[in-house]
Amino acid sequence: MIKKAIVIGIIILFIVGYVVYEQRIKQQDAVMIPSVLTPTSAPATASSPVNGRYKDGTYNGPVTDAFYGNIQVAVVISGGKITDVQFLQFPNDTAHSVEVSNQSLPQLKQEAITAQSAQVDIVSGATQTSQAFMQSLQSALQQAKS
Amino acid sequence: MRQTQLIMGMPITVDLVHEKQSIFDEIFSFFRAVDRKFSPYKKGSEVSRINRNELLPNAYSKDMKTILSLAEQTKQQTNGYFDIWKNGVLDPSGLVKGWAVYRAAHILSKKRYEHFYINAGGDVQVSGCNEKGKQWTVGIQNPFLPGKIVKVLILLNKGVATSGTYIRGQHIYNPHNIDKHITDIVSITVVGPNIYEADRFATAAFAMGKNGIHFLERQKGLEGYMIDKKGIATYTSGFDSYVFTERN
Repeated sequence: MIKKAIVIGIIILFIVGYVVYEQRIKQQDAVMIPSVLTPTSAPATASSPVNGRYKDGTYNGPVTDAFYGNIQVAVVISGGKITDVQFLQFPNDTAHSVEVSNQSLPQLKQEAITAQSAQVDIVSGATQTSQAFMQSLQSALQQAKS
Repeated sequence: MRQTQLIMGMPITVDLVHEKQSIFDEIFSFFRAVDRKFSPYKKGSEVSRINRNELLPNAYSKDMKTILSLAEQTKQQTNGYFDIWKNGVLDPSGLVKGWAVYRAAHILSKKRYEHFYINAGGDVQVSGCNEKGKQWTVGIQNPFLPGKIVKVLILLNKGVATSGTYIRGQHIYNPHNIDKHITDIVSITVVGPNIYEADRFATAAFAMGKNGIHFLERQKGLEGYMIDKKGIATYTSGFDSYVFTERN
């Protein structure tokens, strides 16, 4: 159940993360959290267990260090199920005043990375999920159970 | 046909364009044997036995001797930035992964499999072409956004490996300064002639921090793409030749 919930959470993260990132690319300003993603309800606003193991409400995870900045997520439970995962904090260090130094980078080249969603056969990366995200989400879900 | 199994604490995927079940079994049992021998987490592994001083060097297995000598060679080639000994404890995981994928690819090649890839937790060896007869495409994961990529590579008979801190925390350290965390860069992707070369030099280059990409520029046959914590990529002069464009 928890595993399933986490998997669903990650899928939601991809969508939310994509929106956040797209917004960031468009706006190119220092505010990383678009207002649409800011949570609107206080933590644990309701507590009537329905079918699932989680009680309805909005639960904030702790702030966790994602190495390049802090991540904090809120999980929204409705009808005993996760219906949304929101970012309360997202690393905002990726902004902008990029200093491309003039000093000796003889043949090296530089560019700002972009988010692509092209179809590929394989993905090379350090791993699949973000530990910081998982920590924050798991802790939020723990609150939803108790 | 593609199969994935969890071995060595990571998903290992083997994709064979012309498949046979027995060959999948052989490859995955090879990885399991490597895990049994080299895992620092398994009490009965040879690595654990060495760390408990239960084995004299002349009793080491042939594979262990190979790994130890390859590690020593790599340490010299990387000015000491690659070291499988940390505070007197042996942990060859940084070398074993790339070596195991390389060996597995070799098993397939010897059996005349031409078209396949092996992906061990994001470290990849590609061979030949995909089902459509095109070269394999490999995305570089966006370190800030799970599920997104930053670049598409198109590769023929190459290895590609990425070292980074964004998932397992600080799993790579600078042997010259163990307590100093690597904080200025987020990931380095290396394309090499095979996964063994790509993996070991990705690990070493990452440990060098911002200097790693300069190190890669000086190595023949290796190209690198480094992403820093501000989302700026610095890449070697020949890297563009592997980047997928519409013209490919």
